[in-house]
Amino acid sequence: MVGLVSSKASGKVLSRSLIQTAALEAVRKLDPRHMVRNPVMFTVELGSAFTTLLFVHAAWTGRGDASPGFVLAVAACLWFTVLFANFAEAVAEGRGKAQADTLRRTRRDVIAIRLAGRNRDSAREEVPAAGLHRGDVVLVEAGQLVPGDGEVIEGVASVDESAITGESAPVIREAGGDRSAVTGGTRVLSDWIVVRITAEPGASFLDRMIALVEGAKRQKTPNEIALDILLAALTIVFLLATATLLPFSTYAVRASGQGTPVSLTVLVALLVCLIPTTIGGLLSAIGIAGMDRMIQANVIATSGRAVEAAGDVDVLLLDKTGTITLGNRQATAFLAADGVPERVLADAAQLASLADETPEGRSIVVLAKERHGLRGRHVEEGAVFLPFTAQTRMSGLDLG
Amino acid sequence: MTGAGLAEIALYFGVLTALAVPLGGWIGRVLQGDRGWTDRVAGPVERALYRVAGVDPSEDMSWRRYAVAVLLFNGAGVVLLYALQRLQSALPLNPGRLGAVERGVAWNTAVSFVTNTNWQAYAGESTMSPFVQMAGLAVQNFLSAATGMAVLAALMRGLVRRSARGIGSFWVDLTRSTLHVLLPLSVVLALFLAAQGVVQTFAGEARWPLRDPVRDASGQPVTEQVVPLGPVASQVAIKQLGTNGGGYYGANSAHPFENPTPLANFAEVLAILLLPAALCFAFGAWVKDRRQGWTIYAAMLAIALPLTLATVAAEQAGNPALTPLGVDQRPTSLQAGGNMEGKEARLGPVESGIWATATTAASNGSVNAMHDSLTPLGGLWPLWVIQLGEVVFGGVGSGLYGMLLFVIVAVFIAGLMVGRTPEYLGKKIEAFEMKMASVAILTPSAVVLVGTALACLLPSTAATLGNPGPHGFTEILYAFSSTANNNGSAFGGLDASGSFWTQATAIAMLVGRYGVLVPVLAVAGSLAGKRVVAAGAGTLPTHGPLFAGLLVAAILLVGALTFVPALALGPIVEHLQLAAR
Repeated sequence: MVGLVSSKASGKVLSRSLIQTAALEAVRKLDPRHMVRNPVMFTVELGSAFTTLLFVHAAWTGRGDASPGFVLAVAACLWFTVLFANFAEAVAEGRGKAQADTLRRTRRDVIAIRLAGRNRDSAREEVPAAGLHRGDVVLVEAGQLVPGDGEVIEGVASVDESAITGESAPVIREAGGDRSAVTGGTRVLSDWIVVRITAEPGASFLDRMIALVEGAKRQKTPNEIALDILLAALTIVFLLATATLLPFSTYAVRASGQGTPVSLTVLVALLVCLIPTTIGGLLSAIGIAGMDRMIQANVIATSGRAVEAAGDVDVLLLDKTGTITLGNRQATAFLAADGVPERVLADAAQLASLADETPEGRSIVVLAKERHGLRGRHVEEGAVFLPFTAQTRMSGLDLG
Repeated sequence: MTGAGLAEIALYFGVLTALAVPLGGWIGRVLQGDRGWTDRVAGPVERALYRVAGVDPSEDMSWRRYAVAVLLFNGAGVVLLYALQRLQSALPLNPGRLGAVERGVAWNTAVSFVTNTNWQAYAGESTMSPFVQMAGLAVQNFLSAATGMAVLAALMRGLVRRSARGIGSFWVDLTRSTLHVLLPLSVVLALFLAAQGVVQTFAGEARWPLRDPVRDASGQPVTEQVVPLGPVASQVAIKQLGTNGGGYYGANSAHPFENPTPLANFAEVLAILLLPAALCFAFGAWVKDRRQGWTIYAAMLAIALPLTLATVAAEQAGNPALTPLGVDQRPTSLQAGGNMEGKEARLGPVESGIWATATTAASNGSVNAMHDSLTPLGGLWPLWVIQLGEVVFGGVGSGLYGMLLFVIVAVFIAGLMVGRTPEYLGKKIEAFEMKMASVAILTPSAVVLVGTALACLLPSTAATLGNPGPHGFTEILYAFSSTANNNGSAFGGLDASGSFWTQATAIAMLVGRYGVLVPVLAVAGSLAGKRVVAAGAGTLPTHGPLFAGLLVAAILLVGALTFVPALALGPIVEHLQLAAR
């Protein structure tokens, strides 16, 4: 599983286009090679095909298995059962695809500032992030998303990489050395950097993430495998129960000398009534829905097994704090040294942080206000604000 | 139904529970190897047997080795029993000078007794000498029941052990079950029955002059009645206790020499369910959670009790076809009332109804009334409880191990409903267990349905039936249900001694027994190798009324959906015809 902090899933359960594609998929899924993977529904499909043949026979000869209208009605019901199961599965799959599309749109919506030259003062041009190629040079300023994987060639900035690496503290990225690589989708918190893009479109980290969502394979979960076995066993039992009904009824007719043996159409209909079509038909849809639900909670399940494992989790132990954090460190208490009243510390900290626009700095100001009622105030003449920069890695107030 | 009838049913299940609880606790200890009070007598015998047979009692068998041991042991039992029957005329203790048993019948009988079925395609007193009954049939009565208990012990070990390779030693389980449980109980019951007047003698036969001589079919005068005697009490005891059911006499426990008094009748019908019920509590003791045993017992009772009431009610209601003829079928102080066809006048519909349900719920198969003559509904319930797979009490050992498979299925379905990995007693239930449980549940049902269909297709079948129409169909269905589920009771009416029936039922018995037993051992082996997961807040509790309800639902659903179509063409249509008349 990969923690992913990104856009929420679109709220609409069923869109018109989703239903249309799903309806088409439902018909395409009638392919026996696909159906055979689900023994219960495969049995229903065989029954449907069989009753259709019986209908053709009855309509052709006029005296078939049962009256043509009845056979047709049964066949139609059976086909509907199969198609509906396929439709449910297709809808569930479509929802997964829609999720990947949302992710992709996020990326497309990022606007990058492309520079004509290699430094900050070069001519600027706004382009969508997806339109960037290797070698393009972009400027990223405080508050903006890095449009693609690349290398810092000028400037230094603190970058929130928590979405990708899970590290909650901002990291410093600067030109040269081993701290020059930046990843698409991360956010610059302070200062600015000029980045040369090193990845082609479709090969960035975010793209790989999208591929993961789309490619989340429909592997059967262990429980699903066990359930399949049970369903197959029940199907066999009920197949026997209905198949043997034919000799039983022939015997009964022979013994009593009246009535007619049960028709094949009725037997097929009875079989489909008996076998667990509801569970069987919706099983794969349920599995996909499980993965979809996890994506809505911003968790990508790479396999069905992971969904089940997630259901069994009681306590989650992490070896680092980052994986599930927002990269948004907050001050929660003032811990004053001996002999220093907490209010004095809060006052000093608030003054030092007034010019700090990073989440940490802002949170100190907020905490001082909450705990001690300290508000932003008029600062003495001659005092100079020192804003937070990546170079100094501090902020403050020079009282002169 | 009369108040006395209800009271008798209540007394029956009350006494059964009161006896089963302490007995179960004791069996649980014995099977785990604890030395109880029986050790003083049976202990030295047990150890001597191991020495003579060269068995290492500390051996820990893998499930495959355990299964091979069971199959070889039972295979040898079939060969020995077949040989004894075929060589009967050359063997001692044969006062009736009975000849060799016919080949097909001998094979059928050998399979039948080894598989704990005791389907009888012969009449005991006129086919088997006392020697064959004692050394052949009675021995297998003990060993087949002990085999069931041994396999159950292996399964319980599988549930309790953690990350283990083995599931115990078949030889030890078999020996301990026989020496410490079955033998002492049989001795007590046999002595009691003999005291009640059940025959126990080596005198050849009893003769009585007839007061009114009759003529036989060829016109010869018949002046005296000859009833063969033998060691009946000892054999009836184990036949009842070991859920075997093969009577010394063809009439089984309807014969006054097998079942002479009301007290003997009560003791015998009690013995039918005693061990299967006690094993539930043995299970609870073994897994150190008595609630588990009680839950399974409650689930069994929840099915058996209503069926008993329904059967007795149907029999007590009598035959509607007789009412227009002015026959008084009401119970009065002078008559038991109800449907008396095929019943002992001294027993009546209540005693016979209880027995019919008990003998079919447990895979016993002994009878004290002819099931062929039960009313259509009175016959439907015993037939159906057999078809549920002999898990409602069921055979000694085999009933509970079959039930535990249903428990696994119920746990699995319930686990999926609450979204948890299904686990039973801390063991995860996975694909392998489900596969084996499915095979074991599917096999007997498949045999019943396919066998009945085959018989229906054969034109020769009609000649072997006692009745035409739906009742004849029920006879066929009952025969295959009884054999495939190792019950062994006969609906009667059907002549099962022909070659089709002896072969088909023998195959049904073999597949029905080992098609369940081997998968159970596989489950035992697989479970033994697993770790135990600690129970958490989300673990589905497998005790209490909720789980018992789930278990009952799982059993009834599979049983109902599988057999209702077939039952509709047999007893149900017969009932409707009778009501419409």
